[in-house]
Amino acid sequence: MPVNADAKGKTYPPFEYEVGKEKIKEYAWAVGEDNPVHFDREQARAAGFRDVAAPPMFAVVYSGGAVGPAVLDPEVGINFAMMVHGGQEFVWGEPVCAGDTITTQTSVKDIYERGGMGFYVFESVSLNQDDQEVVRGTWTNIVRGV
Amino acid sequence: MQVELKVTPDKYLPHRYAGASGDFNPIHIDKEFAEQVGLPSNILHGLYSMAQVARACTTAAGGDPRSLRRLSVQFRGMGLPEQEIVVTGADTGERDGRTVLGLEAAQGDNKIIKNAEAELTSAP
Repeated sequence: MPVNADAKGKTYPPFEYEVGKEKIKEYAWAVGEDNPVHFDREQARAAGFRDVAAPPMFAVVYSGGAVGPAVLDPEVGINFAMMVHGGQEFVWGEPVCAGDTITTQTSVKDIYERGGMGFYVFESVSLNQDDQEVVRGTWTNIVRGV
Repeated sequence: MQVELKVTPDKYLPHRYAGASGDFNPIHIDKEFAEQVGLPSNILHGLYSMAQVARACTTAAGGDPRSLRRLSVQFRGMGLPEQEIVVTGADTGERDGRTVLGLEAAQGDNKIIKNAEAELTSAP
């Protein structure tokens, strides 16, 4: 049975996330980032950031909440029992700092079949409170045995 | 530019990462559940492993988080807690004035991230 690609191009409501200093610290500690710009406001400012700076991969924290509903959307129709996270790309723009409000919009970028597997590709675009792009994510989920 | 980073996630790392990231999928934090669905154990979050590749890149660039402009990865084998992750990489050229790196992450012979590509720039 071919994959149903009807949801290709569908977009989802914007998802807003307020970035907190303690959340950045919690994330940085969990992944082993030890640069003081992730922990100390004065050192972050001395390095040219507005406030404590998020590590690049903190993108999963503020944009993940925008992608979840798209992955779970029944119209997309992913069979979760057979799904794996196949690939991920982030393209970074303006740095994210504590105090920022990040708004992320998700869309279904592509749905296709290859080698008996379904590929479900989502794109998230995250902007800060000044409408500067902070990250663009491409999330590829693979479903075996479609 | 050569990149190498070694890290051994401890037994409770997936729990800390779940809290930090918000991803509480039981395959990452519940060993019994993971074994019931056919996994060898609870497994690392793929995005945690990707964060180690990102950290290897920014460390190689001198530590500034702004140096990492792009990172793409393919997730392969399951990563497991309490096993050393080795991230290796080398520059493969330049693109738009940025250094391009090819990288992978492995636990022993098990490649958990393949075909990773990063673009690094000098810090502003």
